[in-house]
Parts: sequence; structure tokens; C-alpha cells
Amino acid sequence: MRGGLAAADLVRGDQVHRDLYLSAEVFALERARLFRRAWLFVGHDSQIPLAGNFITCELAGEPVLMLRREDASIVVLHNRCAHKGAPVVSGSAGQIARVLRCPYHGWTYATDGELMGMPLREGYDGTAFSESEASRGLTHWGEVAVHRGFVFARAESDGHDFRQSMGELIDALDLIADRSPVGRLRLAGGVLRTEIHANWKIYLENINDSVHPVTTHASATLSARAVWGTPPEGTETPLAMRQLLPFGSGYTFFEKMGGRVLPGGHSVLGTHQSLHTSYSALGDYGQSLRKAHGEERAERVLAFSPQNVVFYPTMALKGAPQVMRVLRPLAHNHTIIEAWAFQPEGAPDALLESALLYNRQVFSPLSLVAHDDLHLFERIQKSLAAGPNPWVSLHREESRAKAELPRDVGGVDEALLRNQYAAWAELMSDRGPNTPGCRS
Amino acid sequence: MSEQVVPPDLERLLQAVVVREARLLDEQRLDEWDCLFADDGVYWLPASSSAQDPRLEASHLYDDRMLRRVHIERLRSAHAHSQQPAGRCHHLLQTPEVVEADLVGGIFGLRTAFLYTELRAGRTVTLPGVAHHRLRRAASGFLIVLKRVDLLHAGEALPAVEFYI
Repeated sequence: MRGGLAAADLVRGDQVHRDLYLSAEVFALERARLFRRAWLFVGHDSQIPLAGNFITCELAGEPVLMLRREDASIVVLHNRCAHKGAPVVSGSAGQIARVLRCPYHGWTYATDGELMGMPLREGYDGTAFSESEASRGLTHWGEVAVHRGFVFARAESDGHDFRQSMGELIDALDLIADRSPVGRLRLAGGVLRTEIHANWKIYLENINDSVHPVTTHASATLSARAVWGTPPEGTETPLAMRQLLPFGSGYTFFEKMGGRVLPGGHSVLGTHQSLHTSYSALGDYGQSLRKAHGEERAERVLAFSPQNVVFYPTMALKGAPQVMRVLRPLAHNHTIIEAWAFQPEGAPDALLESALLYNRQVFSPLSLVAHDDLHLFERIQKSLAAGPNPWVSLHREESRAKAELPRDVGGVDEALLRNQYAAWAELMSDRGPNTPGCRS
Repeated sequence: MSEQVVPPDLERLLQAVVVREARLLDEQRLDEWDCLFADDGVYWLPASSSAQDPRLEASHLYDDRMLRRVHIERLRSAHAHSQQPAGRCHHLLQTPEVVEADLVGGIFGLRTAFLYTELRAGRTVTLPGVAHHRLRRAASGFLIVLKRVDLLHAGEALPAVEFYI
């Protein structure tokens, strides 16, 4: 990227340059631009139900805390004391006393980040402290938007508000939240985290990739089939098998799955059917949803079982089971993947049980489905550097005649990936002299 | 020194089950390994050492016989890309300690600190932890009703681990 190479030169629409995955410089620019300009998923409000509850994470490489205030609103603050830079809270989650208090020199902050006090305050009399950056207290990482409990933040505005940026994904969040008869989801049961030595985009592409299961997951699906065999007619298939066996579906199934390309890199894969279609309804639960939401809405909610809804750039949801993956990019070749499960409030425990079973069968770093994926991702990170061809192909089902991406596509159309990279190029573009990180 | 809860002869028999279990894993004698479990026996690797309920709390594995069979089949599958070349594993065990004994009911609990090492695709992963075995007396000796593995890093981000710990 030295010498002012524009990020857009690395994306050709139907091909992307390997530097997107291999270059530490590109990653630094992603942190300076893409991750600051996109709405990033931070957490779910059920993680911080009470005033003073917080979780910590990193956004665009910066340590932050997501904090519930006294008025129930949520802020995302830099976890950096204005004084000497110590973290004001530690651990992945916790509860503050009435105020935030830095453990180093005892500076205190209100829950909106305002500096309230410090020991030996008179020592600042007559100094220029009140005009300094430190006097501003804990700074906000960016603006915060919450929809149905999902908390997103964005450091730099592009003029579009949250609803405009999310578009149809707002409907997807509503449909998933309405899996609960009372319309509320709760993150439950704990998280599974996987560390991969691969670029975050290799993982994100895979979430939109329905061609790979036939080959990548053959080891898991053939083994599941061999063990399950052909039981006598009338034998009930256990949920574990109902989750595993569909991974063995053929290309025709995945083609018919359908996908929807949405602005901003977002997408829905599995608009017509998915690997999850057959286990979305569970007994009396459907009845309770009809009672709560009405026949029509309940049918829509239950029918919505996409393979994946991608909230570009770092989050993906499934509708049934209710599971969420969050990508935490740490370096160009280092990413942590989180797999969370939702309990729809007022719904039977069986839904949470199904989500947790799915996560451990498919997303755990010890799961048989993940093994082949993770191995390939880490190998790609190495092998991509080989050879004179620096380009990665995204040609499948591209129409040369049309300049714009289609909206509704087949499930194996790489338009879903071309869309990710169109958003990437747009979010990485040079927006003028005020753009941070482009001093060169 | 912990309190002696079972007679020394019985203690040695119980410890031998735990030692043999680790050896069968390391030697990849996985069919024999699976036969150490009772028909209702479960292998559990929770994502938190405080986990109580495998149904409603996250686990990395909670495998009954059917899922263990799938896991074992997969490791042998010619399609298992991640096992090309095949990986290996190694259990270093501390002396298993009998921590629970129901001599009448024939149920025993053992606690074994371990260091697990897996070598795959040129990379070494080392994970310390404690294994909790619950054994049931049977006609053929002792069978595993539950093997619970509490990793020190249970709640951390883990790399891919392919064998049973």
C-alpha cells in the first residue's frame, strides 16, 4: 500500500487481490477506515441487563467497554483512563460501582465518560489541565444504535443513519427477535471462541459460501451417514443427526437455497430453504408464537430460517437455531471467532438446547464440522502467497452484461461475495484529507 | 495426602482404567477406547469449568456413543483434509486420585490432572487441565459413565483440537 496505492485497485469486481488477506498494511488501513466507517456489532443488551453492567471488547483495534447507564441507555467508551492510559475496567464483563474508577490513580468518571474527580485535585489549579484532552474524560468510541437488543457502534458517520445502513437487515433482526413470544432474545449458556491464524475475510466469505460443504465437509457428513445408517422405518432421527446430515446435501440443494444481495456488503443466504429448514418448528412452540404474534406473523417468523444473515463486516446470524457468530479481527493473519446462542424469552428451553448443540457440533474448535474448515482457512493464509497469479476468483455466475449486482440470486452465486468486496472497496476508499490513517 | 477412600487394591484397579483410557487415545486405538464407556456413557468438555448443565450451557463437546462414533469415523475418513498428514496426541497424567466412592452402588469418581499435547500439520497445541472420571462397576470391570474434561483454557479462544483430550 506504500506509494499511495488505492485500496480500490485491489478489488476488480470479479476478482480480489491476495494482499487483501496477506498484507499487514492493508489490515492497518482496514482498522483506520473500514472498521471505523461500518456499523460494527458490539454485543447484545442482554449481556448488560442492569445499570452499571459492562462488557469489554476491541473495536477497530481499540479496547472499549459497552456500559449500561442509569437511564438504561447504552454507551461504548474507550477503555482508557484519560490520565495515564490505564484500562478503567478489566475482565470481559463486570459491574461498576456507581461511577467508573481507574484502578491506577483513582480518577473517577460518570457513566457518560465525564471526568468527575481525582485525588489531589488542587494540584491542577493554575495549570492548563482544563484545556487539555485529559479533561474531556473517557471518550466515546462512536455513535451507538440498538435494535431488538443488538448493539452496534460506528466511529465515523457517512451521513446515513443506522436504519439506512442496515436496510432489510432490520427486518431480519425483527424476525429473529420474534422467535420469542414476548419479542426478546437473551444471549445464554456462554460462548465458544476459536482462534484462527487466518484473515477475517476468509472466514466471512465462507459464511456466504454454499459450494464448499460438498467437498470440505465430506468427512463429517459421510461419517455421520455411516454411523446413522438406514435405521428401521419410523425411527426418530435425533436432533444431533438432523443438524449434521443436511451438510451432505448436493449442489442442487444449495443452488435452490437462494440468496439476497443487500447494500453495504450485507446479505441473506437461504432465502428459499437452508440446511436448517427441517428443524425450525418444535412442538407446541409454534402454537405459542401464533398466539403471541398472530397467525400471519408467526408463519413468517417460523418460515424465516436462513442459512446465514451477514451483517457486514463482522457478524452473522442464523434464525433457527438461534445462533450468532462474531468475527474479532486481531491482525491480517489472526482472528477470533465467537459462537453465541440465544434463548428466545418465553420459548421452551429446547430452542436454547438446539442452539447450543448446533454450536458445539459445527462451531466449536473441537467440532467435527469445523475441523476441515479451520484447517483450510489456515492453509489458504499460507498457500495464497504461491505463484504468479495474485488474484482470487469471484466469477461464478457473474453477468458481464450487467454493471450492477443482482438482488435475488441462486444460493451458489458468488454475487454474495462480489457484494462483500464492493462494500470493502467503498469502505476503504480515500474520503479526503480528514480520513485518519492515510498520512503517507 | 488425601484421605484413603477405597482399599489400595481397588484404588489401583480404578487408576488403571484412567491410565489405560489415556493410552488408548494416544495410540489411536479408538474403537477400544469407545468400549471403555458404558452404553449411556458420555464424554463432556464444557466451555466453562463451572458448568453444571450440559443441556443449557455451552460445551465444546458433549458426545454420547453415537457422536463419538461419528467423530472416530471422521478421523479415519480419507476426506478429512485436516488429518493429512495425520496428527498425533499425547497425554501426560498425574496420579489419578479417587475422590468419590460408593462401594455399595459401585460408583467411583477419580480426579486426574493432565497435560495434553496435540501435534497436527506441524503445529503443537498444549493444554493443561483436570479430567474427572465417573466409573461404574460392571461384570467386565469398570465402565466410564462420564468423562468430564475441565481445561484451564476452557473459556478462552482455542485453536482447532481434533482428538479427544
